[in-house]
Amino acid sequence: MTEKNPLSLQLKVEDFLPATDAEKQSLTQMRPGVSFWKDAMRRLRKNKVAMISLTVILIVMFFSFIVPNFYPYQYELQIKGSEYLKPMTYSTQEQLRIDAGEKVFPHILGTDNLGRDYAVRVMVGSRISLMVGLIASAIILLIGSTYGAVSGYFGGWVDLVMMRIVDIIYTVPDILLIVLISFAIRDPLAILAAKPGFGWIQTVGPNLISIFLVFALLYWVGMARIVRSQVLALKQNEYVTAARALGAGTGRIIRKHLLTNTIGTLIVTTTLQIPSSIFTESFLSFLGLGVAVPLPSLGSLASDALNGLNSYPYLLMAPALLISLIILSFNLLGDGLRDAFDPKMKS
Amino acid sequence: MLKYIIKRIFLAVMTIFVVATITFFLMNMVPGGPFVAEKSISAQAQAALHEKFGLDKPLIVQYKNYMLSAAQGDFGLSLKQRGRTVSDIIISKFPVSAKLGGIAVLLALSLGIPLGSIAALNRGKWLDDVIIVIATCGIAFPSFVICTVGMYVFGVYLGVLPTMGLTTPAHYVLPVFALSFYPTAYITRLMRSSMLDVIGQDYMRTARAKGLSQMASLFKHALRNAILPVITYVGPMLAFTLTGSFIVEKIFVIPGLGGQFVSSIVNRDYTVIMGTTIFLATLVITINALIDILYKFIDPRIQLK
Repeated sequence: MTEKNPLSLQLKVEDFLPATDAEKQSLTQMRPGVSFWKDAMRRLRKNKVAMISLTVILIVMFFSFIVPNFYPYQYELQIKGSEYLKPMTYSTQEQLRIDAGEKVFPHILGTDNLGRDYAVRVMVGSRISLMVGLIASAIILLIGSTYGAVSGYFGGWVDLVMMRIVDIIYTVPDILLIVLISFAIRDPLAILAAKPGFGWIQTVGPNLISIFLVFALLYWVGMARIVRSQVLALKQNEYVTAARALGAGTGRIIRKHLLTNTIGTLIVTTTLQIPSSIFTESFLSFLGLGVAVPLPSLGSLASDALNGLNSYPYLLMAPALLISLIILSFNLLGDGLRDAFDPKMKS
Repeated sequence: MLKYIIKRIFLAVMTIFVVATITFFLMNMVPGGPFVAEKSISAQAQAALHEKFGLDKPLIVQYKNYMLSAAQGDFGLSLKQRGRTVSDIIISKFPVSAKLGGIAVLLALSLGIPLGSIAALNRGKWLDDVIIVIATCGIAFPSFVICTVGMYVFGVYLGVLPTMGLTTPAHYVLPVFALSFYPTAYITRLMRSSMLDVIGQDYMRTARAKGLSQMASLFKHALRNAILPVITYVGPMLAFTLTGSFIVEKIFVIPGLGGQFVSSIVNRDYTVIMGTTIFLATLVITINALIDILYKFIDPRIQLK
C-alpha cells in the first residue's frame, strides 16, 4: 500500500464505523461514580486502628451473644464444691469424674464464690454491657435527632424554648440525677411488673429499664445540639425550598431531606455514644444500682470481685480488662468513623 | 456584656430550681416511705415520726416548706443519723471530698497541659505517639477499674501504699491518682489538638518573624491561646471529680461526701440524698456559670448572643 499523501482530502473509512461499547462507556462516564458510602467505607478500611477495633468488637460480640448459648455452663448455675476455683483447675468431684473417664469442660477463668463458672459470667456480663450500650444509644439517637431537627427546622421561639430546656438538662450534673432516678423508679417498676400485661418488665429487669429510661431522659441533649446546628445550616439549601414548593410536608422534609444529610454526623455521634453509655452502666452496676442478681454485668462483676481482692485477684482482672477493651475499641472505631465520614471534622 | 451575665445567672438559678424540684418529687415517688425498713416501729410511732418530719402534710405543702428552708441552707434532719442535720453532715464531710477533688484537679491540670503541649510540639514523633496512646487508654478505663487495679497492684501485691482511709499523705496517692486519671487524659487530648491548631496560625509565624525566640513565642502566644478550651473543661471536670468520688470514696473507704451519698442511698436516708444532690448540683452549676462568664472576659473573640 502506498503512503498516503498528507495533502490528500481522502477520508479514512474506519473513522465512520459505529462506536464500540467500550468507547460509548468512556464517553458517558469518565470514571465510575463513588457514592458517599463507598467513599467513607474506603477511607475507613484504610484506617488500621479502626479496623482492628471493629474486629475486636465483633469478636467480643461473638463471645457474648453466641458462645454462651452452647457453652457447657450456665451463668447462674452453682456447682457445689467448686467454689473459688483457680483458672483451669478442677474441684475434687470434677477430678474424680475426670479420673472415671468423663470429659469435664475446664473452668477457663475459674469459678466465683458460689461455684459459678466465671468465664460464662464474664461473657454474659459483657452481653449486658453491650446491650445497654447499643439500646441506649439507639434511644438517644431517636430522641436527640428528632428533637434537634425539629428545633433547628422551626427556629424562632420554638427553637428558643427547646434549646433552653436543653441548656438546663445540659448543666445538670448527670450522674447525680441518674443515681436518683434509677433509685426512685426501681420500686414503682417492680410493682408495675407484677401486674398482668407488664410481665415483660420482669424479663428485661426493672433495673435495666430504669437505666434506659435515665438515658432517654438525660443523655440525648448532646445529640440534639449537634443535629440542630447541622439542620440550621442545611435548611438554607435550595433543595429544601424546592421540596417545600413541591408540597412536601414538614415531617417529610425533616425525614427525607434534613436528617438524611446529617447521616454521617449521626453515625459518628451514635458510635461515640455507645462507650459512654457502657461507661455509665458499669458505674451504676458498680454502685449496686445496675442489673439485678443473678444477672451479671461487667460493673457488678468487678464490684463483687473487690470483696475478695486479697485472695482472688484474678476475678477482678477479667471484667476490668474486658470493659476497658470494649470502651477503648468503640472510642477508636468512633474516631475512625469520624475521619472517614467527615475528613474536615478531624479534631 | 451585663445582659449576658444576667442571662447566665438566671439560667443557673433556673437550673438549680429545676434540679431541686426534680429531686424532691423523685424522692417522693419511692414507695414505702423512709421508716419502712424499721419493722419494730408501731403504727402510732410511725405516725408520730411522720408528723415530726412533716410527712403527713399534702405533697405541695411539703414541697413549699422544703424549698423555702432549702433556700436558707436548711435541708432538715437526717432520717437515719439521729439528731444530726443534713447541713451538718454536708459541712463535716464536704471538706474531705473537696480536698481530694482539689488535689486531683490540680494534678490533672499540671500534668495534662504540659503533656498535651509536648505531644503537639513533637507531632508525629514517638513521644507524641506514646502520649496519645496513654491518653486514649486513660479515657477508656472506667475509674473503678483504675481504683481496683491500682489497689491490687500497689496495695496488695506490692504492699507499698495504704488502701483504706485518708490519714497520711501516702493515703492520698491512690485515690488522687484514680480520680485524676480521666481528666488528665482528657486535658492532654484537648491541649494537644488546640495547641496543634494554634501553632499553625499566622500570628505564630509573625511572632517568630519579628525575632521572638521559640520559647517566648510559645509561652507568650501559643500557650495562652491553646489553654482556652481547657478552661471550658474545668466545669465538667469538677462535676466529674465530685461524682467520681462516689466510686473512689466507696472503694478506698474515705469519709467524704461521695461515700456518704452512696451509703445514704443504701440506707434510704431521703433528706441526706436530697440535700447532697441539691448541694452538689448547686456547686457544679454555679462554677459552670462562673467559668462561662469568666471565659468571655478572657477571650474577647467569643461572641455570645
